[in-house]
Amino acid sequence: MTLALVGILVTATLRAATPLLLAALGGIFSERSGVVNIALEGIMLVSSFVAVWANFVTGSWVVGILGGVVAGVLYSGLHAVASIRFKADQTVSGVALNLAAVGLTEFLLNRVWGQGGGSPAVNRVPDLFGLNLFVYVAFALALVAHWALFKTSWGLRLRAVGEHPLAADTVGVNVAKMRYWGVLLSGALAGLAGASLSIGLLSRFVHGMTAGKGFIALAAVIFGKWNPLGAIAATLLFGVSESLGTIFQTLGVTAIPTQFFGMAPYFLTMLALAGFVGRSTAPAASGVPYEKAH
Amino acid sequence: MHVAKESGLSKAIRDAVEAITVPVLATILGLIVGTVFILLAGKDPVQAYIAFAQAVAGTPRAFGETLVSTIPLIFTGLAVSLAFRSGLFNIGVEGQYLVAQIASVVVGYAIKMPATWPPFIAGMLHVTLAVSAGALAGAAWAGIVGLLKALRGVHEVINSIMLNYIALFLCGWLLNNYLRASSGQASSHAVQPTAALTQGLIEGSRLHTGLWIALAAALVVWVILWKTPAGYEIRSVGLAPGAAEYAGISVAKNTVLAMALSGALAGLAGAVQTLGVNRKFFETTAFVGYGFDGIAVALVGRNHPLGVILAALLFGALARGGPQMQAAAGVPKAVIYIVQGTVIFFVAAEGIWRFLKNRKLKAEVKSA
Repeated sequence: MTLALVGILVTATLRAATPLLLAALGGIFSERSGVVNIALEGIMLVSSFVAVWANFVTGSWVVGILGGVVAGVLYSGLHAVASIRFKADQTVSGVALNLAAVGLTEFLLNRVWGQGGGSPAVNRVPDLFGLNLFVYVAFALALVAHWALFKTSWGLRLRAVGEHPLAADTVGVNVAKMRYWGVLLSGALAGLAGASLSIGLLSRFVHGMTAGKGFIALAAVIFGKWNPLGAIAATLLFGVSESLGTIFQTLGVTAIPTQFFGMAPYFLTMLALAGFVGRSTAPAASGVPYEKAH
Repeated sequence: MHVAKESGLSKAIRDAVEAITVPVLATILGLIVGTVFILLAGKDPVQAYIAFAQAVAGTPRAFGETLVSTIPLIFTGLAVSLAFRSGLFNIGVEGQYLVAQIASVVVGYAIKMPATWPPFIAGMLHVTLAVSAGALAGAAWAGIVGLLKALRGVHEVINSIMLNYIALFLCGWLLNNYLRASSGQASSHAVQPTAALTQGLIEGSRLHTGLWIALAAALVVWVILWKTPAGYEIRSVGLAPGAAEYAGISVAKNTVLAMALSGALAGLAGAVQTLGVNRKFFETTAFVGYGFDGIAVALVGRNHPLGVILAALLFGALARGGPQMQAAAGVPKAVIYIVQGTVIFFVAAEGIWRFLKNRKLKAEVKSA
């Protein structure tokens, strides 16, 4: 009985953590390069739709995943151009993209399938040893991200433009180019995250299906201290919190209200930021447009 | 070059024109994008816009309903713009709005005015209490963000986002455990009649006296920001925190103050909407969006109370006209979100306008 419960908890945790981890990795690349990306939520939503659409049209989940990633890159491209080329306020640009994503997906849902609530079912990305393929991909990508950020010269340049763009510029690093890398990669990863929701966890698009997961991923970026391995730990913790809530609710345990599990990730992140649970500090130039001196 | 000395008036006019150029251009671009999407939906834009105009101001009742949609946006727009003026981004209006709704419902329901009191006095007092409770709750919720920024240096955007979601879960929990009339209901107890704002300012519409509170709030914000020492300090911190600190203005104190004032305005939005329209707290798993729209209203309104009122009217009309346009002309109301997102995007990406202006200047220099 206990063993079975632990098994359910572990599976549920991994499932819940997967989209969060993918999106958080995206957030890390963007913020490490110096661009705040609160549009993760909107990018995920657009991608979760396009993944289903591409899958529906071609009947192939591989094309579905590709569609999600391409949509993520294109949508984050708007954020990249606004933030890097036109030096927009990055938070405002993110808010605009999140809002437009809700409208865009609702509009397309209506146009493509003529219905408001959700899409028809498509075939899911298959499972491997009882876990969805996305789970393995997410954790593998976290390790790759860690290697890329901290063990390659590309990663060093990316982090340099996020910490001190002027210094990086002085030694010949192309600040704008590295930031485009950061934001577009965040789009690709948030795109994967979106696809993992709609054709991994479920097999259809549901209106507003991200339901704040992009913001929990943002919390995981911070709680994990802008570090892919930290993000693994953070998303697992948030995943446990989510699945414990569900399990307690299913079993009818009322000692801890489900809402408290729901708020735990956000509360923990606030504590972490305030320095009560290990200090976490953002890349120094994150959120600041870089004006090249002429 | 000959430079004529400008009179104060013509400078004021030029400033005003400059201030509204970007919002107006962004709005036009938003409508163009909206038109494209209406065409993509295979609908006639002219018909859609006629349906839209009808829904927004076709009858006195319709205009009253447009104002109903405008009222919360005036408050949330003011909330965001006041924070902007002190250099803070209050993206947490959604959460402050929620906790204020709960606070005003609690005070509006639990306190009972003596039946022997004249209705007018009982009403004034009860409404004042319930509205104040909402404002205080919003101020406290936002004050947490201000305090954490002032004391621990934590960026306000992240904590505001976190507190939005905490508020969402907290309010759900409070509703579930303490505020429901019975367990089957999806809403709280209704407030007492004495705590409700009177509806029907325009006959047949739900337009309520919260409109006067909203306009008064805009005036008060203007007075605070531009006619009081406290407002001068808040704006100084927003323009140049380093210089303000050097001049003896406490950045920490003003950060907390500005966040709390901004939260109080967000709280007013929640309280007035509750007492004027909903009369109770409805179960929700998502944000209503007044807070996010407030960001748009503040940006388009150039963070000035008068601009905020006009921008709130624009976004109030969009909110009111969208669903009606869907019903009357078959245009998906999602187009409205796309228009809103586009307007915000183009106001945010101000660099685009500077870029276009500079290119025009360069072209003129070349041809000269």
